[in-house]
Amino acid sequence: MSDGNYSVTDDLSDTHPDDMPEQQVLPLDAWHRARGGRMVEFAGYQMPIQYTGEGGGIVAEHEWTRNHAGLFDVSHMGQLLVSGEGADAALEALLPIDLSTLKLGMQRYSLLLDENGGVLDDLMVSRWPRDVFLVVNGATKWDDIAHLREHLPDDVTLNHLQDRALLALQGPEAFAVLDRHATGEYPLSALTFMKFGLFTVAGVEMAVSRSGYTGEDGFEISLPAEDAEKIATLLCGEPEVKPIGLGARDSLRLEAGLPLYGHDLDTGTNPVSAGLMFALNKSRREAGGWMGHEAIAPVLASGPATKRVGLIVEGRLPAREGAPVFAGESQIGHVTSGGFSPTLGYPIAMAYIDAGHAADGTRVQIEVRSKRLDARVAPMPFVPHRYYRGEPR
Amino acid sequence: MSRYFTEEHEWIDVEGDTATVGITDYAQEQLGDIVFVELPDVGTIVEQGGDAAVVESVKAASDVYAPISGEVTEANSALEDDPALVNTSPEEDGWFFKLTISDKSELEGLMDEKTYVVFVEGL
Repeated sequence: MSDGNYSVTDDLSDTHPDDMPEQQVLPLDAWHRARGGRMVEFAGYQMPIQYTGEGGGIVAEHEWTRNHAGLFDVSHMGQLLVSGEGADAALEALLPIDLSTLKLGMQRYSLLLDENGGVLDDLMVSRWPRDVFLVVNGATKWDDIAHLREHLPDDVTLNHLQDRALLALQGPEAFAVLDRHATGEYPLSALTFMKFGLFTVAGVEMAVSRSGYTGEDGFEISLPAEDAEKIATLLCGEPEVKPIGLGARDSLRLEAGLPLYGHDLDTGTNPVSAGLMFALNKSRREAGGWMGHEAIAPVLASGPATKRVGLIVEGRLPAREGAPVFAGESQIGHVTSGGFSPTLGYPIAMAYIDAGHAADGTRVQIEVRSKRLDARVAPMPFVPHRYYRGEPR
Repeated sequence: MSRYFTEEHEWIDVEGDTATVGITDYAQEQLGDIVFVELPDVGTIVEQGGDAAVVESVKAASDVYAPISGEVTEANSALEDDPALVNTSPEEDGWFFKLTISDKSELEGLMDEKTYVVFVEGL
């Protein structure tokens, strides 16, 4: 038996900027190990792919998150603060975001694009009282920092908050758990999807946003690294909460139709093909003035040649990243993420395919080990999102 | 009947010229939840150390190698409906395939159970 490649493992063999530390240990490293975390290399860190023992394992952790609440350590992600009078304008030159409509306490998904309109990273942007806060992917954060440093003017400051941890509490019971402990400037119930605010839990002040990467209601919590163990232990002491590893994080986000950078997004993909038009804020789509606009404008005008689609695969054999997609004899694209959906009980995938075949219901085939699997284009998310947008509970 | 083990975590039960092959409890534990097993067709000639089957877990696809050379005589059809048998009963009901052994001397390089247990403890 060979150990398969973990589909969520990122290859970091590329060269990195000089300021990347050699030893990278996450604040909760020992905490994961003590709880039976099976550690794997990910984004330059050792991180738990799953936990052993009762309730552990990717499927059990996945189902727990869908039904209760899971605690994810995402401290490998980069937390950046951009400050200075010209910060908004400087960021708008790099991101297709309209910061004039991003008010205090709001968070928005955005993209860091290169000159060719390729995706350097996807990120969350939120408005803090004096700064703009960015959360970027772990595997790309050093490149992002280098890119930002190169392009931000000298009077705009970029701070990499390396002394902060990031936790995600996700699932239908996440609110009940956090509400039990959090006090803040307003009730936690007023924190709706894609809002952020300052809250205190057990004496620790934290920036909490209502967002996540599972499709469930939940929170992302930025807090001082030195308090991470205390808060993780507190939250996992609640009956609704178990720690969840990277394996379930990947299967949950795949079901939620959320692209994973390095797999479903990279510098070879553009936001229009990726179906991320919403990240190109309306006022800026035509006006431009952001890196990559010149390359993307014609794609916006005439439509993309390829589209990111969801695929439902017949049978039980999963189609994974790299598998070619066919319509008859012609290859029309390839799978960028795929696996078995624990919630649905069958394999699902994301693929980039020729736009002419991208309509929902279109029959295609996927080649896996020289077998052709029948599949059909399906709308995403595969499993409905359950974000809390302030509707009556 | 004798059971042998490989360093790749396959087990093989040998009875006369026929053998039954599966993966060990350690292997299934490492793989996690198994969702699909691709088994060789009857009549397939497998070579020692060569690809024989593929196990798909939620997280990845992993090759299963033939512990010894031979011709596949039967594949475990129970795994088609219930691949999780490999998790629940890896060393019994969750067997993969049977084969006719072509060269018994190949067994000499394999581990017995005691040696395998020590091998796994050292991982």
